[in-house]
Amino acid sequence: MVDVTPHDESGVPPAEVPELELYHPKSWWTTYVFSQDAKTIAIQYSGTAIAIGFVALVLSWLMRLQLGFPGTFDFITPEAYYQFVTMHGMIMVIYLLTALFLGGFGNYLIPLMVGARDMVFPYINMLSYWIYLLAVLVLVVSFFAPGGPTGAGWTLYPPQAILSGTPGGQGAGIILMLVSLILFIIGFTMGGLNYVVTVIQGRTRGMTLMRLPLTVWGIFTATVMALLAFPALFVACVMMLFDRLLGTSFFMPALVDAGEQLSYGGGSPILFQHLFWFFGHPEVYIVALPAFGIVSDLISTHARKNIFGYRMMVWAIIIIGALSFVVWAHHMYVSGMHPWFGFFFATTTLIIAIPTAIKVYNWVLTLWRGDIHLRVPMLFALAFIVTFVNGGLTGLFLGNVVVDVPLSDTMFVVAHFHMVMGVAPILVIFGAIYHWYPKITGRMFHEGMAQFHFWVTFLGAYAIFFPMHYVGLVGVPRRYPEIGDTAFVPDSVQDLNAFITMAALIVGFAQIVFLFNIFWSLRHGREAGGNPWRATSLEWQTPTTPPPHGNWGDHVPVVYRWAYDYSVPGASQDFIAQNDPGTGIKAPRPA
Amino acid sequence: MADTTANHATSRPRRPGIAGVAADWASDQRAFKTASWGKAMMWIFLLSDTFIFGCFLLAYMTARMSTVVPWPDASKVFGLQIGGSDVPLILIAIMTFVLISSSGTMAMAVNCAYQRRRGATVVLMLFTALMGATFVGMQAFEWTKLISEGVRPWGNPFGAAQFGATFFMITGFHGTHVTIGVIFLLIVARKVWRGEYDRGDRGFFTSRRGDYEQVEIMGLYWHFVDLVWVFIFAFFYLW
Repeated sequence: MVDVTPHDESGVPPAEVPELELYHPKSWWTTYVFSQDAKTIAIQYSGTAIAIGFVALVLSWLMRLQLGFPGTFDFITPEAYYQFVTMHGMIMVIYLLTALFLGGFGNYLIPLMVGARDMVFPYINMLSYWIYLLAVLVLVVSFFAPGGPTGAGWTLYPPQAILSGTPGGQGAGIILMLVSLILFIIGFTMGGLNYVVTVIQGRTRGMTLMRLPLTVWGIFTATVMALLAFPALFVACVMMLFDRLLGTSFFMPALVDAGEQLSYGGGSPILFQHLFWFFGHPEVYIVALPAFGIVSDLISTHARKNIFGYRMMVWAIIIIGALSFVVWAHHMYVSGMHPWFGFFFATTTLIIAIPTAIKVYNWVLTLWRGDIHLRVPMLFALAFIVTFVNGGLTGLFLGNVVVDVPLSDTMFVVAHFHMVMGVAPILVIFGAIYHWYPKITGRMFHEGMAQFHFWVTFLGAYAIFFPMHYVGLVGVPRRYPEIGDTAFVPDSVQDLNAFITMAALIVGFAQIVFLFNIFWSLRHGREAGGNPWRATSLEWQTPTTPPPHGNWGDHVPVVYRWAYDYSVPGASQDFIAQNDPGTGIKAPRPA
Repeated sequence: MADTTANHATSRPRRPGIAGVAADWASDQRAFKTASWGKAMMWIFLLSDTFIFGCFLLAYMTARMSTVVPWPDASKVFGLQIGGSDVPLILIAIMTFVLISSSGTMAMAVNCAYQRRRGATVVLMLFTALMGATFVGMQAFEWTKLISEGVRPWGNPFGAAQFGATFFMITGFHGTHVTIGVIFLLIVARKVWRGEYDRGDRGFFTSRRGDYEQVEIMGLYWHFVDLVWVFIFAFFYLW
């Protein structure tokens, strides 16, 4: 599908919308701190997300230290362990992955890739970041609250989440957690409205929907999903907050706590699970779809080939997004649901494998006979594919009710979701940061350090999570700080746990190399030029690098073709930029 | 928000019917050819907000089904004693009437705004805001009455504890929406009164130029809040 278009602008529809009047900052504060420029907001989002992500990384170390060497560290009490589990999960899923993909990459890439000067509502975009920062700060405060952060597990299931037996349940921990989530959702909604409207209403001339890079499709669909899924979490948080603060009984049945009849009664804990997973399952794809989109672009660019089956890729993204709203109860097979519901949700869950498999086949077919350059972003993209396939296959196990019931609440589940929505999207994030680093900073990262970071992270992740599947299959339950002496767990599990812990420590330390590389290269990296990867999409065609305020200088680019014109036969270069009116192609002009 | 208005629709010929819709959606620049950015954003926000209210109402239904204590009889609880006789649902009928009527004045205000009749627009918007404030005031009266009768979020003398909890939560969330709507109605009415949309003055926060379309965007929100109330009314008071 070579998108051949006429050579002059006459074939491009005229501008429908007058040029956006940009807000021009007048002081240092409005340029660098309270900035309304999507690129600056993106960097603020990413910096905050990565910073809080490192906190979650340290928490995972502490958990692994306890599991690998139980009893060695006195300060890791069972209560502390639960708190580490909870905060690690919540930070990684919401405050790191969601914020980094949508707030970070969404803000940076959407306006540049669709040829806009900025998001459509820069002021609301700025508010979005500051509310997100507030949410993160509230979350951080909960570490220092009396009783510590909540230890209810990242799913925050009631009734235990607000009872005295759970760390933070009767303290401030759970309150701060819920308030932080509510703030996050408010902040995200402001940003999300911007991303969606920019994509559907703010594109440049010639940028039709089917010429959008898949990165934009992924982020766009994920944002729409987030705008529809986060309301369920918002409602669940508000109701649990009332249960905890006002003594309502939305989620609380009649209970005896420490020998004492509580005043709660008549509520439905299952209701919370439905609300939570109506958010929670789309959330998996909110994280995965931007990764799908980005990885498509990385593979196409570094294999110098057009993406295979672009139209199918777009529809697969949309279908995955739609299906993910009707699978949520597969997280609840053991909650005592009617078997027919289990049948329904198992069926829908397995149907998702079809569009997902289409995507994987298309990535592989894009690679097939491509001119593959094994540069660091490409390595991460390839690592993503294998990791995602791995995690996806165990998903087929867990999607079936009869297989899920014995495996539920074992370390197998932990291994599964870390592979598919932990490691896989994180690999894409690293790949994407390396890919766009030259555009964001104007300098190249240090190749050696990046290669080291890749290999340690990639192999280390497998050293951590492959053995964990085995640990789960023999029946080791998740969320237990230690299992002690049990008849069914062989001694070799302890050795494996120690091994996993060592791998986790090494992988964690390797991330310091990544951080160092990012900062070191700001100064010492070599000049990258405007388009070091010789890529086609618009963000590489900016007049200066890094892109200026307003992105495009005097003239907004006009788009003549899709984003995947690599190695076009007969063209003078092996790529043709989207705003290139068609140099060097000997193609008949359409009548 | 001044950047894109319906007036900038292109002169390109359009294909009729579904084919035209598909061609518009997939075309360049804009999927919705007649919607400005502000209007598109409000529609998408309202879609998201619909999910919030939908979750609230579904949660209410679940709570009503899962509780083991009988649900209070709505026509008794929400009735008023007027002149010695019990009139069921009288207050809520007036409240609903006021709110639905305010949607009518809002629609008239939008019409006047597009005709650049500043005075009529301002009067109609103020009237809309007044009816919204009346609604919130009557809601406050209703809350006060129920609280004085012993209804609390954690329990009430009439039946299931979830009655008070869902009632205060959902009507409170809706009342907050109405209150925010009244505040923004006043802000937009002030801008119309001062002629800021005629001159295209810059907004205080956003530094964007405003125009009369903001009255319509405000109207979208207001009608949505009305529509939500119809569902709350049906599920809470009539069920």
